[in-house]
This record gives sequence, structure tokens and C-alpha cells, in this order.
Amino acid sequence: MAEPGDAKIALKHGAGGRAMRALIKDLFVDHFDGIGGPGIGLAAMDDGAAIPLGDQWLVVTTDSHVISPIFFPGGDIGRLAVSGTVNDLAMMGATEVLALTCSVIVEEGFSRADLERIRDSIHETCRTACARIVTGDTKVMGRGEIDGLVLNTTGIALASRVVPDSGLRPGDVVILSGTAGDHGMAVMARRHELALDHGLRSDVAPLNAMIRGVLAAAGDAVVAMKDPTRGGVASALCEMAQKAGVGITLDGPSVPIKAGIRAAAELLGIDPLIVANEGKALIGVRPESAARVLAALRGHPLGRDAAVIATCTSERPKQVILETGFGRRLLQEPEGEPLPRIC
Amino acid sequence: MAEGGSQERALEFRDPRKGRELVGLLTRLCAEIGRAPISVMHVCGSHEQAIARFGLRASFPEPLDVIMGPGCPVCVTDMPEVDEAVALALSGVRVATYGDMLRVPGTAKSLADAKAEGARVDVVYSVGQAVDLARRTNEEIVFFASGFETTAVATAAALLAGTPANFSVLAAHKYIPPVMEIVAEMPDTRIEGFLAAGHAAAITGWGVFEQFVERHQIPVVVAGFEPLDILAGLACLLELIRDRRPTVVNAFPRCVTREGNRRAQEALWRVFRPIGGRWRGIAHVPNGNLRLRDEWAHVDARRRFKIDLAGLWSYAPPRLTAECICGDIMAGLASPSDCPLFGGKCVPDKPVGACMVSSEGTCRIWHEYGGRPDLRV
Amino acid sequence: MCLGVPGKVLAIDGMVATVDFFGVSRSVRLDVIDEPVTAGDYVLNHVGYAIRKIPAQEVDATLALYDELLREAEREDLMAADVRGEIGGDPTDKDG
Repeated sequence: MAEPGDAKIALKHGAGGRAMRALIKDLFVDHFDGIGGPGIGLAAMDDGAAIPLGDQWLVVTTDSHVISPIFFPGGDIGRLAVSGTVNDLAMMGATEVLALTCSVIVEEGFSRADLERIRDSIHETCRTACARIVTGDTKVMGRGEIDGLVLNTTGIALASRVVPDSGLRPGDVVILSGTAGDHGMAVMARRHELALDHGLRSDVAPLNAMIRGVLAAAGDAVVAMKDPTRGGVASALCEMAQKAGVGITLDGPSVPIKAGIRAAAELLGIDPLIVANEGKALIGVRPESAARVLAALRGHPLGRDAAVIATCTSERPKQVILETGFGRRLLQEPEGEPLPRIC
Repeated sequence: MAEGGSQERALEFRDPRKGRELVGLLTRLCAEIGRAPISVMHVCGSHEQAIARFGLRASFPEPLDVIMGPGCPVCVTDMPEVDEAVALALSGVRVATYGDMLRVPGTAKSLADAKAEGARVDVVYSVGQAVDLARRTNEEIVFFASGFETTAVATAAALLAGTPANFSVLAAHKYIPPVMEIVAEMPDTRIEGFLAAGHAAAITGWGVFEQFVERHQIPVVVAGFEPLDILAGLACLLELIRDRRPTVVNAFPRCVTREGNRRAQEALWRVFRPIGGRWRGIAHVPNGNLRLRDEWAHVDARRRFKIDLAGLWSYAPPRLTAECICGDIMAGLASPSDCPLFGGKCVPDKPVGACMVSSEGTCRIWHEYGGRPDLRV
Repeated sequence: MCLGVPGKVLAIDGMVATVDFFGVSRSVRLDVIDEPVTAGDYVLNHVGYAIRKIPAQEVDATLALYDELLREAEREDLMAADVRGEIGGDPTDKDG
């Protein structure tokens, strides 16, 4: 799907959508050796990799963080770096983090005080997630050679069962653990310096404890998980539908959205469904266990607003249909960063 | 609590239960009319956006065909008009434009192309921003004034309030009522009713449609932009069609009166005069273009600058444009899905025609919302 | 473009109003609005200009209009149902 004419890498290749996946496949996956045996490797392009280790699985994931602005309402790049990796592990079913690494690439001239603030954030988030940074790397680049700060975190964990993002089957339901659009809207508001009275806040948080509760409550009935980061709920559901070969019907009115987010989104002309979340999970579960998963989520502070938002069918496989309450339409996979219609 | 108040009220226009009831009403009315298709047209990008966003076409009864007409002001801005702005920019003049216009192809290039070649092009969200820009610098700022009459009112108001000497306007505004006449008179047309844009009517008043209705014996309903507004507006229109009552009905009383906003109208006509001109894809529309009156010659970019178009026209237009059917789409004669380029060679990232560039263009809206808005299960 | 968004006037300073749109404040010019505007009024905004004051009761009026539309249709339909009942056949709508 990547056009052969793309001689240069464009911003869309990092946006989390089709263009990015096509690039990864064409440029990397097709040229690296496969995992060679059971497990989940690069070709799956799942939230992480899973390698058999005795009677368990070693789950590995890595993430680089380039967010701008570095400090935003509700968090910062440090909290994001830890939560992002912890959550990717959790989405694979690995909720006990063995260890994290942290690499830092810093621009010359970056404020040391800011770096300390970020370090404190990293530390605090690690404690919440019961994770530890055990090794890392530090580089400094010249002024202008990099934009402020780049963080990379890698996480490893053991899991007795791996939950892929491709496990949905017709009849399954998909639960969203909380309100959609919080992180992306908060960052966008800050980035474009929009003075929004409602104080939008990112939801960035580590979810492993919450997911542990879900897996304990429902076990194998949890068949697929994915966190809706770049590209939002829309992107994640499109990917889940494609990988599983099922059709998904998303019930728009059921998606929990904070009033302030809905308002800001209306004003800026942005759909909360395509906006990034950093403290939410999409959980695919067998319908008879949905109630149990909901109870487990709602019993956790980060899952109070959990709701069933979609069902899987065998019709229109690989496509996501959005029921709007007034009609329905195909939900396209978003490409690129949403740009606000600023008035 | 203020926000809660206005939000709650707004949400009442999104009550799905009422929506379902109105859809039921549409179905009954189509059955009573008893033939198919029943074609009605709207002429507003915002209506199309709401229809596509809420997936309304999937709910419309089978016989009802709601066609988008030439309701995207950016899309109907003809190539020579875009060329004027591009030529100005390439000659070194700083041009301020609404975002949508940036990537609309002219004969050879768009403003975005000019910008990539080093021209200074600023995207603004209001004419006020362009004026502020002029106040902050010494250089000439030309505001490329696109949009329909509602937007032209803002340009007029800004000029009437006074602008700095280095500010001028390249007028490319359009006026909608005349194009409804054209569409109603097209031989291939079978439009039985029009849904008129609520916000434009808030300015012009619904009275402007009375003569049209009299002449063409086609009903017009003025509708707002929430899903309930659109469904109710269509229900009113179908009732009028069923009863063979060619008249104007105002289904947006909260914003529209018969006279409209006289003060805004006065501002508009003090500054602009209507002239005939080409609309992209629709050929000549009498009184469809708005140009600055002679009294405003001192802020008219066309008089302040010598605009050299010959240089631009030595480029041959790209081959693909021959296959582009934007014109038919804008006249309501074809849908984006009828176009061989739609979704393949013509996508928002690499648009061929204006309909794919503008956020109010039919093709762009359809593409953004799934490409097949007539999704029926 | 910022097209036709309704908001609530918070404050007025000469020709400029501060208007709240769902919790976001914006400056809106009052040059072309045709009625006097005070704090608490709702206005329709288009590319930075208030173009119309929206009387609070109009929202109710519009909603009532929709209800009336539906009620009238029901009344007609009840009559039609009588007739149809005699002829036979089900007037049930296709859903959606």
C-alpha cells in the first residue's frame, strides 16, 4: 500500500495509520528474519513481541517518545514514556513488569531543571506501575540537531498467556475502559495555545494493575486487547478488525466522552474517536464474560467509565461501521495528525 | 453552568429517538408521494458535512435522493481566480487566504505550490487576522477573499471599519441564490425541491427565495445544521412536494426571518456588487460573483497590482484534470463514486479537483467519512 | 473556516464581544448584528462576526416545531391506518 513513489519519508509515515504500517512492512518487516517458531514477532506488528521462555512467554516492547509540548496538562514526556511501554506490555497480557530501560537523547541547551522534573515524573510513574528502570543510555546532540528531547523506553515482562490484538471473533464485544479523546485534545489545545476554560487533561497513566484485575476476572474470555494511542479508538478498531478478519460495529452514542472534550472537539472540528488516548484500553471479550470485565474495570479508579462500545460480526469483514444514532457510515482509518479547525 | 446550558440545548438537536421518528416520517412521506427517485438538492458544504458525519444517507428512505449541489465556495472558485492569487504571490506580494484555498489547483499551480516555491502565503481563519497582519508589517498584504455571501459580510464589515493602507482585497466571493436558478433550469435536472442553508439565510432572509419559488414552482425549505434540523427540513420539503405546494418554508426560525439581517445586507451591498462570472464546473452564473464597488477601488487588489497571468498559462494543465468530473459533481449530476479518480488517484493527500481539496467539497467529505455514504444494511 | 457556531455572550467592549462556545472563549465582532446584544444573549458567529442574535425561546420553538411535525404525521397516519385496515396490508416502515 505504500506508494513506490515515496522516495522521501513524510510525516504521515509516523502517524500510526495505514501509511505507517505499510512503511514498516515494506521497509523493515519484509527484510528481517521472522521470529522462527512460536510467538509473536515483528510481522504481527502487535503492541509488543512474545517469545517462548519455558512454560511462559517473555514479552518485549519498545517505544520512542517525541511529544511536543514536553509538558502538558495531566502529564509530561516522562510519564508518557513509562506509561506507554507499561501499557503495551499490559495489552499483550503481561502485567508484571520485569524491567524497563530508558534512553535519553537531549538537545544541547535543554534545561537541567526540566530534565529533573521529567526524571521525577518517570520515577513516580514507575512506582505506580511497580516497574524499575534498570539500564539506559544518554546522548547529547547539538543545538538544532534534535527538537528538545527524545525518550525511548523498552520493557520486558513475563506472561503465562499472551493476548494478541488479532483475536476477535464474530459475536465478541469490545469494551473501552474509559473516556475517549482526553490525551490528544489536551495536547492539541496546549500545542496550538488554545485557551480552553475547561482545563482539558491528558489521561496518561499506567494500566497494568487495572488489566491484571480484568485478566483475573475473565481469563481466556479476554481474546484481544489494544490501547488506542495514535489514531485513537478509530485506528485501533480498524486494525483489530483487519487483523482478525471480522466486521466491527461501533456504537457512537455508547462511547464515553467527557463533556469538556466533546465541547472542545465540536469547536475545533475534530472527532474524539481519532484522537490519541494514553490511559485507556480496548478489550475484546466473549459476550458472556462482558459483565465480569466491566465490573473489574469499574472497580478500578482508571476504569470507572468503562463501557461496551462495539460488537463483532461476520458481515463486512475487516471493516468498521459507525452507528451514529441517526444513521451509519464506514469508519475510515485516520491518516495523519488531526488539524484543528481553529476559529 | 453556562457551558452546560448551551451544550444541553445543542444536544437536544441530536436526540436519536427524535431522529428515528423523523426518519420514519420521511419514509411515510416518500410512500405517499409514490414514485422514485425523489431528488432534492442542498447547496451548502456544511449540510453535506453533517449528512456525511452522521451517516444520514444510510437512513434516508430508498426513494429519497439528497444531492449536493454547488455549495462549496472554494470548489466553485474558477481557475483564473485562483491564478490571480497565485500570480500575485509569485510576483512577491504577500497573500493571506483561508486554509481551504491553499491547495486548490489553478490552471498550473495552487497557492501551496507557490508557497513551496518561496512565495509568501499566510493561512488565516478570519479577515480580521489578515487585517491584523497588515497592521503589524509594512509590506503589502492581499486578502484572497473567498466564500459565499455570509463570509463576504465579514469582509465588508472589516473594510467598513477601516483597514491600513497596505491592505487590499482580491475579491472572489460568490453569491448562492443565482446558482439555484441555473441548476433549476438545467435540462438534465429533476430537482423537485431545495434545502437552503440556514446561516446564509440568517443574513439574506428567506424572502430571497420567494421569486425563485414563483418562477420555478419548486419548494424551498430553509434548514439548520444539526441532524434533527436536516431531517425535519427534509420532512417539510417532502410534504410540500407531496402536496404540490411550491412555497418557501422556514424550518430554522431560531436564526432566520423573512427579512434577514438588514444591517449585514447593507454592509454587504455597500462594499460589493454582483457580477456574472464563471463558476468552476458551472460555466456562467449571472450575478453569481461579488466584486468590490468602484468606491472601494483603493483597496481592490485587482486595481492596485498588475496581475500577470500569461506567465502562468504557459504551463500545460496536468493530464489528470481531463478525467476530473468535479463540474458534474458540483452541478449535482454525478456523485464522487461515479468518478474514476475518486479514492484512487484523487485523494485528500494528492487532490486532482477542487472538490477533494476543500473541507466543504463533496469528494473530500465523502472520502473522509467512508467514501460510501449510502451505506445501507 | 469557522462557520455558523452559536455561543453565549459573556462581556462586551465596544464593537467586540467575548463569547463562550461550549466553554471556549473567543472574541467576536458586533459590526453587523442587527439587534442590541447584552451579556447572556446567544449569538450565531460566522468567521469572527456575530450575524444573528438567537432568542432563547427559539430553541424551544424549533423543537416544538419538530414535535408538531411528528404529531401531525401521526394523526394523518392514524386515519390512513383505518383505511388501510379495511383494505388489508401493513404500513410498517422499513427501519433506517
